[in-house]
Amino acid sequence: MSSRHTRWSNWLLLVPALALLAGILLVPLIRTLWYSVFDPDWTLENYGALFTDGVTTTVLWRTVVTAAMVTVATLLIGYPYAYLMTRVSPRARGVLLAIVLIPFWTSVMARNFAWIVILQDGGPVQSLFAFFGADDVVFYGTTVGVTIAMTQVMLPFMVLPLFSTLGGIDRRLLLAARGLGSSPTAAFWKVFWPLSRGGVMAGVILVFTLSLGFYVTPALLGSPQESLVAQLLAQRTTLLLDFAAAGALGMVVLVVTLVLVAWANRLGGAVSAIGVVAAGPVKESR
Amino acid sequence: MTPIAPETAQNPTLEAAPGSPPAPKAARRRYRHVDPIPWWLKAFGGLVVVFFILPTLFVIPMSFSDAQTFEFPPRGFTWRLYENFFTNPVWLDSLRNSFLVAVLTAVLATTVGTAAAVALWRLPGRAARLVRTLLMVPIVAPAIVVAVAVYIAFLGWRLTGTVTGYVLAHTAIAVPYVLVSVTGALGGLDPRLLRAAASLGSSPGRAFVRVTMPLISRGILTGAIFAFIVSFDEVVLALFLRSPVFQTMPVQMYNSVTVEIDPTISAASSIMVVAVTVIFLLPPLLRGRGRRR
Repeated sequence: MSSRHTRWSNWLLLVPALALLAGILLVPLIRTLWYSVFDPDWTLENYGALFTDGVTTTVLWRTVVTAAMVTVATLLIGYPYAYLMTRVSPRARGVLLAIVLIPFWTSVMARNFAWIVILQDGGPVQSLFAFFGADDVVFYGTTVGVTIAMTQVMLPFMVLPLFSTLGGIDRRLLLAARGLGSSPTAAFWKVFWPLSRGGVMAGVILVFTLSLGFYVTPALLGSPQESLVAQLLAQRTTLLLDFAAAGALGMVVLVVTLVLVAWANRLGGAVSAIGVVAAGPVKESR
Repeated sequence: MTPIAPETAQNPTLEAAPGSPPAPKAARRRYRHVDPIPWWLKAFGGLVVVFFILPTLFVIPMSFSDAQTFEFPPRGFTWRLYENFFTNPVWLDSLRNSFLVAVLTAVLATTVGTAAAVALWRLPGRAARLVRTLLMVPIVAPAIVVAVAVYIAFLGWRLTGTVTGYVLAHTAIAVPYVLVSVTGALGGLDPRLLRAAASLGSSPGRAFVRVTMPLISRGILTGAIFAFIVSFDEVVLALFLRSPVFQTMPVQMYNSVTVEIDPTISAASSIMVVAVTVIFLLPPLLRGRGRRR
């Protein structure tokens, strides 16, 4: 196995994958970067324009706020759910895990179409609110609607790192705290929560980061007046054909994403969390 | 790249601490009594489960609606939307295109990804780890940024709106999924088997086909299925690569919501949901049959 010949043949096996990655991903990205900084001479004008054109900063800020709302919502929903997963029987745990992965089993367009039906004006959710007396709540075409739909699909990325961390906490510590006279709430906040912070951080960074790049959900459920950065990027590319401006914006989004994911990955295996989401249902049933 | 789930399954929880003998039933019950799961947590869990499956619950009833809009609850019961779907050439062509692209993507991505996974499994060191991380980038990079870059490049290379363009772009984002699942399967492979094959006079290629492949076939199959789904369901790249003469089904679904307000999308959605679920359930089913054999 260790002869020089096999070593070389192994690297040869990597050539197709690397060629594909280079040709389809790296070369286009570098070209885009190139367009954004040579216009036609070396310039950072396109990057400066992001901050001075008045539109981009507004949209970026709205994107950050939306991503933050999704992150908070997934944490509030995902933490108790992940905790419940660590407490139930192995069989029930398998079921709960399979259910977490349902958003990935559901086709993207079918899922977004379903959210349109659910959140539309006069739809079931609005009727429910009207029943309780709140008859002027609007979800379709608002950031709230976008947040609800994004929360559902982002939950796995919060639940999986959390489940991994919470499952590793020795619950006898909680019982010990209770035995020493602590109230359940105090025992949770003083013992359990600090031990779970690693998973919380990983989940928070991961969900926030992935939420920054959403395109289809805000395009279908949001409104053009409240577009997010992905829509702006698409508009500058396909409608305005302003590749330089689009390139600059795209590079900013890409770099921010990769830096944040690398950070989350160091905290708690974010990339492997995505891997689980990818291979999860099959792994679990193995 | 070890997946989380199998790891945590072994993590110590109170109910079943590994290494220690399982607690007797009565003791466990007493333990539950000391440390029960609160009822409100179970109720909350139930609500979250509903939230997870909510969209799926709406799709299928909608597809039998007689209404001209997306109104809910659906009106009447009719197969009209399915009839529309299977008689309208626009929908049928988009389905055929999607299927063609997804099959080609699955074949290409599985080949390329399996080769890379096997190579990385054998190669030690930092360089190999770096390559592995690099190959995972398409999964984490925002789809919209990739789509914009690929669109600009493909315009220049005249690949937009072509099968080749779709397949290449989809393969690039599908390879990481194959890499993950084949790497998982290789984790259970004993390298000594290959040394044994070599010492018995087998060439590396023959050893791969006769020893490695059968042992990791499940991982390869899983990878192929994921590659198929990733391509079949992909919207963002597809929206940028579409042309008036070639578009995939998710793109047609997108049009039917944004431009046409065509309720046929409910039928298309149901078909997508059922198709994707069936394809996802394939490996466990095949495995179950294999075990019985």
